[in-house]
Amino acid sequence: MTLNTKTLNLSAKEFKSDQEVKWCPGCGDYAILVAVQKAMPELGIPRENYAVISGIGCSSRFPYYMNTYGFHSIHGRAAAIATGVKLAKPELSVWQITGDGDALAIGGNHFIHEIRRNVDINILLFNNEIYGLTKGQFSPTSKTGAKTKTSPHGTVERPFHPGQLVMGANGTFFARALDTNIKHTTEVMIQAAQHKGASVVEILQNCVIYNDKTHAAITDREHKDDRQLLLEHGKPMLFGKKKEKGLRLRGLELEIVEIGRDGVTLDDILVHDAKTANPALHWMLASMEAPEFPVAFGVIRAYETPSFEDNVAHQIAEQQESSPIRCMDDLLFSGTTWAVN
Amino acid sequence: MKSVESIELKEVVIRFSGDSGDGMQFTGMQFSDTSALEGNDLATFPNFPAEIRAPQGTVDGVSGFQLHFGQSHIMTPGDHADVLVAMNPAALKANARWVNEGGTIIYDSDTFNEKSLKKAGFASANPFKEERLDDRNVIGAPITSLTKEALANSGIDPKTALKTRNMFALGIVYWLFNRPLRHSEEFFDKTFKKTPELAEANKTVLKAGFNYAETIEALTRNYKVAPAKIDKGTYRNISGNVATAWGLLAAAEKAGLQLFIGSYPITPATEILQELARHKSLGVKAFQAEDEIAAICSALGASFAGSLAVTTTSGPGMALKTEAIGLGIMAELPLVVVNVQRGGPSTGLPTKTEQSDLWQALLGRNGESPLIVLAASTPANCFHYAFQAAKLSIEHMTPVVLLTDGFLANGSEPWRITPMAELPAIVPPYAQKTDSEYMPYARDPETLARKWATVGMEGLEHRIGGLEKQDITGNVSYDGENHERMIAIRAEKVRRVARSIPELEAFGDPDAKVALVGWGSTFGHLRTATEELNLAGKPVAHLHFHHLSPMPSNTEQMLKRFDKILVCEINTGQLADYLAMRFQDVRTLRYNKVQGMPLTVKEIKAQVNTIIGG
Repeated sequence: MTLNTKTLNLSAKEFKSDQEVKWCPGCGDYAILVAVQKAMPELGIPRENYAVISGIGCSSRFPYYMNTYGFHSIHGRAAAIATGVKLAKPELSVWQITGDGDALAIGGNHFIHEIRRNVDINILLFNNEIYGLTKGQFSPTSKTGAKTKTSPHGTVERPFHPGQLVMGANGTFFARALDTNIKHTTEVMIQAAQHKGASVVEILQNCVIYNDKTHAAITDREHKDDRQLLLEHGKPMLFGKKKEKGLRLRGLELEIVEIGRDGVTLDDILVHDAKTANPALHWMLASMEAPEFPVAFGVIRAYETPSFEDNVAHQIAEQQESSPIRCMDDLLFSGTTWAVN
Repeated sequence: MKSVESIELKEVVIRFSGDSGDGMQFTGMQFSDTSALEGNDLATFPNFPAEIRAPQGTVDGVSGFQLHFGQSHIMTPGDHADVLVAMNPAALKANARWVNEGGTIIYDSDTFNEKSLKKAGFASANPFKEERLDDRNVIGAPITSLTKEALANSGIDPKTALKTRNMFALGIVYWLFNRPLRHSEEFFDKTFKKTPELAEANKTVLKAGFNYAETIEALTRNYKVAPAKIDKGTYRNISGNVATAWGLLAAAEKAGLQLFIGSYPITPATEILQELARHKSLGVKAFQAEDEIAAICSALGASFAGSLAVTTTSGPGMALKTEAIGLGIMAELPLVVVNVQRGGPSTGLPTKTEQSDLWQALLGRNGESPLIVLAASTPANCFHYAFQAAKLSIEHMTPVVLLTDGFLANGSEPWRITPMAELPAIVPPYAQKTDSEYMPYARDPETLARKWATVGMEGLEHRIGGLEKQDITGNVSYDGENHERMIAIRAEKVRRVARSIPELEAFGDPDAKVALVGWGSTFGHLRTATEELNLAGKPVAHLHFHHLSPMPSNTEQMLKRFDKILVCEINTGQLADYLAMRFQDVRTLRYNKVQGMPLTVKEIKAQVNTIIGG
């Protein structure tokens, strides 16, 4: 990303469009919109260089509410459109807004391939574990047993974990955030934007109408300290009301330990390394589920490797340097030709 | 030396045929290049199976390459072959009915053994009699054993040596038509620069074939085909797919845009993507997507960001792209969709030609969704129509479908190169930053095109999408009256493209009351049939559509000039039905054939003769 060097005195307000926001009252999307509008001015990028691309679903109405370039496209295809935008103009900051149905069902193929290619796109995946816009059918992230309009007796399907999908596709960036925690979500978005490559941010989002409190086991006041692990690169993996609990590796499994008990000290606790190439621990962290384990939030993986659009641009530059074909006339008259007089 | 009579011919059709691993396409291209460099006009038609290497020696695995060259303007690869080269019995079996009376058959006698004959489906030991070809000039040459012999002391391993037997056959045909060997020899030297032993092996076998033909008594005559009298200029051989790729490149340069192609490999369109992927030095961004849908969607994204965006495919891929084409129509973004048609429905006949995607292009989308449809008609003019497709798409801000087909895509012909200076300008209707707010759906009063504000243009930030747009502002609108108005505007925008395209012209006898009508790749056959009928005193004209949507503004008036209209198509009558739908007073007759092959001049003439008598 080319950071603009001129001082940009942009504020969140300037990223709000004149369109009335039409999500249901109480929808988690409102908070995410605020977080994005707070994050963008922090990045030093002029407004015209932002492209917000979405597919179909409740979350995909997002571009209409942003005072940037925006494209509300067709179901599942935002990843492909965003890839085209970024490839065409690598200097742009491209944001893909998608949901669990849009990205992981109909758009699953594009999702894994944009991650595999490591296109520098910030992918905000609003995960509410339900189809909202079609009024309440199970999605690829719905928990097994979820009773919805198309699973009246409980779904018998096994859900996707977005983080596992990202690691499986050899992804370079995965973070998790919670809709209601605007401050933390904003920070995570800034880190996602600064990561060069496909950055997936899974945002646990509440659908008040069709799947209310689906994340309550993690978010309710009584349990949240024990069920949320806020990861920071280089910091020990501690959680609990007084940060008295931590994660330790035993063999190939994670275990929860308590500092001061059974001779456990701070030195025994795993220190988070988001930047390592090896995704094994990232996979385990992303896979943790409540109530057995705390759910990991923050940047779980941020491994730096060249991005797709840079590699493409590099190859073009190399060819432009070395090839004798500099313009169309060169090509037209190259190779075997003959003159008729 | 035997005495050889050299006979002057006006034009000749040669068909090379063998197993799909025998290198027949390469052999045919060598003969084509040499003939073009010797000044002939020509047209080629490769015809091969969908399998890369179908079972050896079977009719299913036969690959053929036909070329038609001559000293006058050549518009088709020819109906029937004057010379058939058959590398095995299966090749003879597959092509038996395509050899002209009085034609010559050259075959590899080493391969005509009992086992191979049986495998090819012959019942007897005399395949020529069985196919009623024994009155043809049949020449058996032990091509396999003579190839081995020619390379016996070369150090080339026997397996590699056998791969050069196509060059022995080419050598024979070079002698037969008085062609020099030097063009092919130069090609080998250049191609095998790093493996000179392979260059030598090919040259040795080619020369051995030539010498063999010169020596044997069976060949007492050879032929000369004088150079054609064609327009002055610099020429090159070009195939339809390469011409399409180059037309798009030329359009991007003219418009001052980066070319972006998002495509997924599919027969017979793949070469366009391959060709464009080679030309990164011209700034092309060639993206091989994960599927057909991603291919077109990435192109739409690139268009939003200000590139000349293209996606290339064939029928099944076109079906997958349908929804995204609708998005392009709604978002009113430039986008060129090339459909290299093949036999359908479904997977159909991947390597065979057909014109059965016309309705799909014109009508195959949900909602009221008109767009521009063009069709190229010769391998070389794919350049012109690809350029045109891009120009219209950019200047009218709407997706364009360019139809070609397998026959055009793989066929080739000499092309008088159009230098960039001879091409018209392409002017993107860019939005400008002004004091007043940019309205994404405000329009040019003449073309009704909206202004193009590409991502990154300061002060023109806006949102587009697939939901219905409010007129002028482009905001989401569910208002019924607005929806109806937008439908009308989108249709009128496409209709007005008729102001920018040439009128339909009648070729041939000016007093004709009978017209042959076609579109796309049937051009050469229809034009040749018309010329030959006119020469025979039959008053016939030829009308050919390159613009299918919108049609030229004089279409109805032109059609009404004729008493009888014979619409000839490689489908079951899609243009004929479309004309009937569009112009209630126009009645058409039709000639249709859907066998994966081009029409023949002979059958078209026969159809006309039954109409006008004679």
